Amino acid sequence: MKKIAIVILAALLACALCVPALAEDKPFAGTELVVYNWYDYIDPSVLDMFQDETGIEVTYVNFTQNEDMYARLEAGAGAYDVVFPSEYMIERLIKEDRLEELNLDNIPNLANILDNLRDPSYDPGNAHSVPYMWGTLGILYNEDMVSAPITSWTSLFDEQYKGSIFMMNSLRDTIGLALKTLGYSMNTRDEAQLQEAGAMLVKQRQDKLISGNFVDETKDKMVANEAALAVIYSGDALYAMEKNDRLAYVVPEEGSNIWVDGMCIPKGSAHKEAAECFINFMCRPDIAQMNMDYIYYSSPVKQVVENLDADQAANAALNPPEDVIARCEYYNDISDSMNLYEGIWMEIQMAR
Amino acid sequence: MKNRGHRAGKLLKGLWLALVLAFLYIPIIVMIALSFNASVSRAAWTGFTLDWYVKLFKSKQIMAALNVTITVAVIATVVSTVMGTLGAIGMHAMSTGMANLLINVSYLPMTTPDIVTGVSLMLMFIFVKVPLGKWTMIMAHIAFDTPYVLFSVMPKLRQMNPNLYEAALDLGCHPAKALYKVIIPEIMPGIVTGALLAFTMSLDDFVISYFTSNTDQNLAMIVYSAARRGVEPTMYALSTLMFIVVLGLLLIVNRRNGLEEIA
Amino acid sequence: MKRSWYAAPYGLWMVLFTVVPLLFVLYYAFTDQSGAFTVNNFVKIASPMYGLVLWDSLRLAFFCTLLCLLIGYPTAYFLASRDFSNAQTLVVLILVPMWMNFLLRTYAMMTLFENNGVINTLLESLGLQRIQMIGTEGAVLVGMVYNFLPFMVLPVYTVLKKMDYSVIEAAEDLGASPVRVVSRVVLPMSIPGVVSGITMVFMPAVTTFAISRMLSSGMIYLVGDMIEDYFIAMNNRNVGSTISLVMLVLIILSIGLLRKVDPDNSGGGLW
Repeated sequence: MKKIAIVILAALLACALCVPALAEDKPFAGTELVVYNWYDYIDPSVLDMFQDETGIEVTYVNFTQNEDMYARLEAGAGAYDVVFPSEYMIERLIKEDRLEELNLDNIPNLANILDNLRDPSYDPGNAHSVPYMWGTLGILYNEDMVSAPITSWTSLFDEQYKGSIFMMNSLRDTIGLALKTLGYSMNTRDEAQLQEAGAMLVKQRQDKLISGNFVDETKDKMVANEAALAVIYSGDALYAMEKNDRLAYVVPEEGSNIWVDGMCIPKGSAHKEAAECFINFMCRPDIAQMNMDYIYYSSPVKQVVENLDADQAANAALNPPEDVIARCEYYNDISDSMNLYEGIWMEIQMAR
Repeated sequence: MKNRGHRAGKLLKGLWLALVLAFLYIPIIVMIALSFNASVSRAAWTGFTLDWYVKLFKSKQIMAALNVTITVAVIATVVSTVMGTLGAIGMHAMSTGMANLLINVSYLPMTTPDIVTGVSLMLMFIFVKVPLGKWTMIMAHIAFDTPYVLFSVMPKLRQMNPNLYEAALDLGCHPAKALYKVIIPEIMPGIVTGALLAFTMSLDDFVISYFTSNTDQNLAMIVYSAARRGVEPTMYALSTLMFIVVLGLLLIVNRRNGLEEIA
Repeated sequence: MKRSWYAAPYGLWMVLFTVVPLLFVLYYAFTDQSGAFTVNNFVKIASPMYGLVLWDSLRLAFFCTLLCLLIGYPTAYFLASRDFSNAQTLVVLILVPMWMNFLLRTYAMMTLFENNGVINTLLESLGLQRIQMIGTEGAVLVGMVYNFLPFMVLPVYTVLKKMDYSVIEAAEDLGASPVRVVSRVVLPMSIPGVVSGITMVFMPAVTTFAISRMLSSGMIYLVGDMIEDYFIAMNNRNVGSTISLVMLVLIILSIGLLRKVDPDNSGGGLW
């Protein structure tokens, strides 16, 4: 009898000690947060830590690309609390009023984000998004298969590499790089400029310069020495270079795209504050470090960048130098001019 | 003389089947080999490892997806097999015009690209305010599975002697009993084939599943979304295990000659 | 209860989950992105460029079906013969590879066909010339046949299985050549299975995507890829729906032709 009483007393005491702790430190305990993101784009142990520290349970759902995520968001399918779109998609979602405005008071760690990625043109004042990972678009090349280091997009149109070039099956990136080669903006809405870029890409197809046109398959094929040059995102380039040391990455001198995957809260989220707590957590230096180590993409968190070792800091794919950033631009949302792009894209895809 | 010719013929038949099976299994062997590759990339063999198998069982996401995949495929297969078989029997008894109409409707899910089916089903569910989830996914799976059952059962019905059923009725058999006792046993191989094909379609679907589900993800969706960052050999490991389990079951059933009885 | 009523649940399901969603497709095909009625989508795709893509898709699907028939029919016939006591197991063995994930299977195939892939490495070690396989139409066809072959073998097998082998033996005893036995006795009996097989191979093959993209290295652009591009990359459901609608009509028309070949036409079709 006495024993039981002691146990009950102890249990009550434990509860009494716990409850205020729960109330103070874990205001969102028990909340379920649905995170809609690229596959394997957060270190799983980060998610475990988040749950331990906040009591918030995270359900992780994947999309394969910005556009299929958009198709679901637009239709109102599913209720998501945090999504990870890229910069041009963030711009579009803001324009269409599909994102909640962030309460930045709940995200003090925004201060950790690199200055040049804060207050971006696609989302002034970071009112709707906080950068998560970022990088560039460039060329991955095999040093054994090229005559000189690659520096320019024009190499993709060079007869010398006929049949050994992988393009990217992505409307914005393909047309964008041709525009850059011609000295135009990647965001142009000028029909003549687009026609010129389109003609260049059609000719590239008709001259049989390219031997591949895909996105996901590029990295493994480059590891296997299947081509000399490939258009690639810096994140994929890092993956490939790690497995084949003859590969090198360059952001061409004409300039390129700088991409940012941001964290946003879609309209209709029932757990906005918990979602902000999640976004803030992801910007904490130790967490950002874990994610960078796991994903091996460039983190926008200052402390992580300062922590890079000499090799990493010198790796242009992981840590783009200032001059590279200066010649790159974000993609703008061009959905209102999609008709213009559509015709050109179809001509390229069907070129034979 | 005839015997020797028969034996030679059997040898040739065996050789043909061996070639066909080799064609079908060489990629599977490559897949199994990749599950033991130390490198994440399928392009480089950097040594033998069992790490991916360890990682596989630790991945909550993959295990949850396996659960969703099997649940959805099994429920969809059972429902579509029953509905498709009854559908075929009913259509077999219909006037040609009506049957033709239904057959043409059955072509639709087979012909419509997955992306179109997926998006239009999603829009429909949202339009009628049915929240997306596991059940909407199952309904969609049933819709694209059932025609495969239908087209597997129909040839057996056409092959069946139509007098059998009439004779049973004439002998005073209740129509439901005649169906169960006469028709079903005759068309059983078609039903089994239909169920197998439906299950196969369900296991592999990712596009329609993606657009008709909410937070439940099947394996195909996981593999497809993993492609962007590189498919880890954990996926090959899972396929290898599934393959071994299926093969094992098959051998046990074969040993007992059980398949001979059900089909 | 009349026997035709057994089809009621199926019919209802098809209407709810196939016909009704297709109304959305129909709506999009005849509207522009602002939702106003238009036939411009049809005008847009009525160009030789789009025609070529459609033609390529139909052509590849046709050859895929033909190859599946040429490989699958003998396979089913041999399995149905009484020479293999474990035929049932073998039939399931033909299907089992399809239970492995499609994408992984295709990756494995890429690993085989690539310039530095398994086959070329083998050829080279044997002192032979490398062959360019990946990126060719041949590779795409092999990939398609691989994925669709079981859908031909199974339905043909189920009808041949119940065939009365004494008829064949009688014909053989009467001195009929094997070719004659097959063409006069076996083939006519198996037509319903063949029609089902062709249906299950040809129809999905026309709008197949991903296989062609991966094995042609993105160099062969088929209608399935195009529809995906319109729906996803360009977020233009209107033109995407128009293309799939035209495709639907074309495929059902061509299957209608096939049904005409079917002697007792009880399988049905458009006409």
